[in-house]
Amino acid sequence: MSTLTRPPITEEPTALGYVETRGLCKHFGDVRAVDGVDLCVMEGEFVVLLGPSGCGKTTLMRMIAGLERPTAGEIYIAGERVDDDVPPRARGIAMVFQSYALYPHKTAFQNIAFPLEAAQVERSTLRRKVEWAAALFGLERLLDRHPRQLSGGERQRVALARAVVRDPRVFLLDEPLSNLDAKLRAVARFELKQLQRQLGTTTIYVTHDQVEAMGLGDRIAVMDKGKIRQIGTPRDVYDNPADTFVATFLGSPPMNLVEYDERTLVGFRPEHFLPREAFGGEADLVTYRLRVREVEYLGSDRLAYGYLEEERRSDQPVIAAVPITVTLPIAEGEAYEFAVRRRDLRFFDARTGLRKPAPS
Amino acid sequence: MTGRAVLRGAKRVALYTAAAVFTVFAVFPFYWMFLTAFKQNRDLYVGATNLQHVPWIFNDPPTLDHVRLLFFGTPYLVWVKNTALVGLAVVAITLGVAVPAGYSLARLAGRWGERLGIGIFLTYLVPPTLLFIPFARVISLLGLQNKLGALVLVYPTFTIPFCTWLMMGFFRSVPRDLEEQAMIDGYSRLAVIGKVVLPLAVPGMLTVVIFAFTLVLQEFVYALTFISQVERMTLSLGVPVALVRGDVFYWGSLMAACLITSVPIAVVYSSFIDRFIAGLTAGAIKG
Repeated sequence: MSTLTRPPITEEPTALGYVETRGLCKHFGDVRAVDGVDLCVMEGEFVVLLGPSGCGKTTLMRMIAGLERPTAGEIYIAGERVDDDVPPRARGIAMVFQSYALYPHKTAFQNIAFPLEAAQVERSTLRRKVEWAAALFGLERLLDRHPRQLSGGERQRVALARAVVRDPRVFLLDEPLSNLDAKLRAVARFELKQLQRQLGTTTIYVTHDQVEAMGLGDRIAVMDKGKIRQIGTPRDVYDNPADTFVATFLGSPPMNLVEYDERTLVGFRPEHFLPREAFGGEADLVTYRLRVREVEYLGSDRLAYGYLEEERRSDQPVIAAVPITVTLPIAEGEAYEFAVRRRDLRFFDARTGLRKPAPS
Repeated sequence: MTGRAVLRGAKRVALYTAAAVFTVFAVFPFYWMFLTAFKQNRDLYVGATNLQHVPWIFNDPPTLDHVRLLFFGTPYLVWVKNTALVGLAVVAITLGVAVPAGYSLARLAGRWGERLGIGIFLTYLVPPTLLFIPFARVISLLGLQNKLGALVLVYPTFTIPFCTWLMMGFFRSVPRDLEEQAMIDGYSRLAVIGKVVLPLAVPGMLTVVIFAFTLVLQEFVYALTFISQVERMTLSLGVPVALVRGDVFYWGSLMAACLITSVPIAVVYSSFIDRFIAGLTAGAIKG
């Protein structure tokens, strides 16, 4: 009897989450943008919603923010039910949009002060708080400028300062780094992580960039077609993907999937798939013969694209990421013995794509 | 000189020629009004019989007779006052209706917003020559014949559709992100409109003010239908009624009225033109 058991790879928090959704749905006509999402974010946690565009991650965040009304389901923030008629302003959240959404007619100071004015904070306190937030992001000398006089990175900092200035219960960040150039992005990612640690504010972060997700998240929720496919620590999600979607969405290049038997696919990461000689005398290896079609030199790695010579079918070429420290020659057109440790193999049901235990 | 320099020079010449042609085209009516308003009658009318006469210049010394007739022989200043009153009232009514309507159509009505907006705009295309008949009935029922109130009531029927449509476009150019951000920052939708949307729509509202006022200024058919007493007329009606007497056209005074009325408007337009263009091209989402 073949049983399809989904291995227990999701750490279910036992206590009620700080931000929690239950059976949350959003349908636009026939399109199920969000289709029954149960998400539980603990206080102080940094959770990343990761998925391809159109997977529903932004819609999910907008429902938590109160900008979109759910078709069905419940949302709780700090134990208080907020779906239905609690407007965004009463949810105690701060959000940073991908566009930053700075008010073009206000200076940086007025932008940062705007949420405080809504809360009718007293004049002297307001100035102190704005200066504190500006100092946090090194904006002290830019406070008199209008958004159009600021660079992309500076605008992003003003948007973040405006988000932190009034001590929100939750930060919602919608791809806040995607408008920055690559160099700035790595620095901004580091600073964002530092800041979240320092403030300890519960954070939900939407991105389609797996590097951002892996680097920032305490936990990652991988989404596809309106559903959360897996939620767990970056390590968990990467090492133990719950299904073939998660396995191939995370990792660059993605996990190799090869037919194992009629009902099973076997997956292994390119960086675990190395020339047999690189393992030395190690036992418990699985060896394949790889006919190499193409070799890419990427500095730190060589990527070898090819096909397995045994009777194993795979739609995609199999990729091996060989670190530059392995100096064995790999030539295009030749076949080599490649191996992977048995413990690095992951098995999936060929029909459902779900993870399953190793066939005996 | 190289070929490229020649080409660049030729382009420059073409550009300036085009600019000069358009300038002449735009300025000529003003020049003609100016000439006519200050020419002596003999200089003005002699061209009909004397083909050697040059009409483009003052052949006799300029005179203020026509202007004097306009100011002291007709109730010109009363018309100015009437026009200003009607204009202000119509502008206020138009803003009061078109701004909220434009916002609603741009933001709240979903995909029907656009169709509804076009529908409203289409009513602007129904000609006054058709509409004045039912309007006349309404005006007489309300007892507003021969009163400025009739114009204040009727003019918004064409200013509001046009200006609603105009404001709808302006509100569309305000990024939705900004409004959502402000709602998250702690404001109700109404407060968001007041603090974020309207300040960004100021160029649009200025455009509405000028359009509505200009439409009022040039309107003739309704004024002719509803106002019969010279002292209650607006400029666009009073000037031709008082200065065209049977077959006699008081060209000098007519042109003086046009000149005095249009120059301030032209000055206002040109001083705001940068704001219009800024309003139409700004709206870049990243500020």
